[in-house]
Amino acid sequence: MPRTRRSIPEINAGSMADIAFLLLIFFLVTTSIDGDKGIAIKLPPKLPKNQSPPVINQRNVLEVLINDQDELLVENEWIKIEQLCAITKEFILNPNQRIDYSESPQLAVISLKNDRSSSFGAYILVQNELKRAYNELRDEMSLKLYGKHFKDLIKGSSEDQNILDKYPQKISEAEPENISQENQYK
Amino acid sequence: MAKFKRSIQVGSQSINTASLPDIVFMLLFFFMVVTKMKDSELKLNISVPLASEATKLENKQVVSYLYIGKPKRPDLYGSATRIQLNDDFKDPENIPKWISEEKERIPAAYVNLFTVSIRADKNIKMGILNDVKSKLREANALKIVYSTNVGKSITN
Repeated sequence: MPRTRRSIPEINAGSMADIAFLLLIFFLVTTSIDGDKGIAIKLPPKLPKNQSPPVINQRNVLEVLINDQDELLVENEWIKIEQLCAITKEFILNPNQRIDYSESPQLAVISLKNDRSSSFGAYILVQNELKRAYNELRDEMSLKLYGKHFKDLIKGSSEDQNILDKYPQKISEAEPENISQENQYK
Repeated sequence: MAKFKRSIQVGSQSINTASLPDIVFMLLFFFMVVTKMKDSELKLNISVPLASEATKLENKQVVSYLYIGKPKRPDLYGSATRIQLNDDFKDPENIPKWISEEKERIPAAYVNLFTVSIRADKNIKMGILNDVKSKLREANALKIVYSTNVGKSITN
């Protein structure tokens, strides 16, 4: 009996592109490349019961208060949000050697306090402005010392660490007060 | 001498499409890799605030999401501000338990990088957020990120 040689039938690959396109379109539609962005903060660790918080010289503290109407009180003065960044920078650097502003940028602490009824939007606005003040100061120092923008310095390098040591960002958040006694869940 | 024939073609040339599937597959794999399927359905209306100084979250693996806002369907869930963890509405008291569950999920080497991303509506009150923050402190989840969109914030 003669052996018949069977040839393997060729698979038509013409529709391969169509299948791939179909999958491609599916993943195109379901993809969201927008990376999550946000304002990062670090909460202080819980204090042991018998330990009291450290005492800080009053002149080194910039008090920022937000009331239930989302108005700002900084060092007992009503200000607008547009002024906050400039005031913060002046407080940290203290170029005019004011006795009620910080002794040095390393000692400067910003105390942020809000009412239970102030809005989250206003709080982020203030956090953003404080962060902006620090970022601008760091950027200026970085340009002066290394001729580079702060964000272009390699993270964790000695240059980066030097700038961070010069302007440590200390934002302390006090427990909120319920001044208006309103139901905050409403 | 060899003779060269010059073929004269009439009409348009057809383009070789043999490499088209390869190109498409390349794109396909790219999108397959970057796609992240939504794992939980959001039951809250959240419009996050704008911020110009927002930083990018680097390692998505270590991030857990906590949502605060008003329910999308007030007829079912009421109109009070609620907290959503995974798929359900929860009270602030449930946060420490949730944190310990989420920490188990991530590799042990990254536990100290564990971050909680708070996606909160810009109109919520700080009271509920402060309750959440004090619970996070209690659970020792100290790295938090307020999720924002990038934009000029002062004209909010």
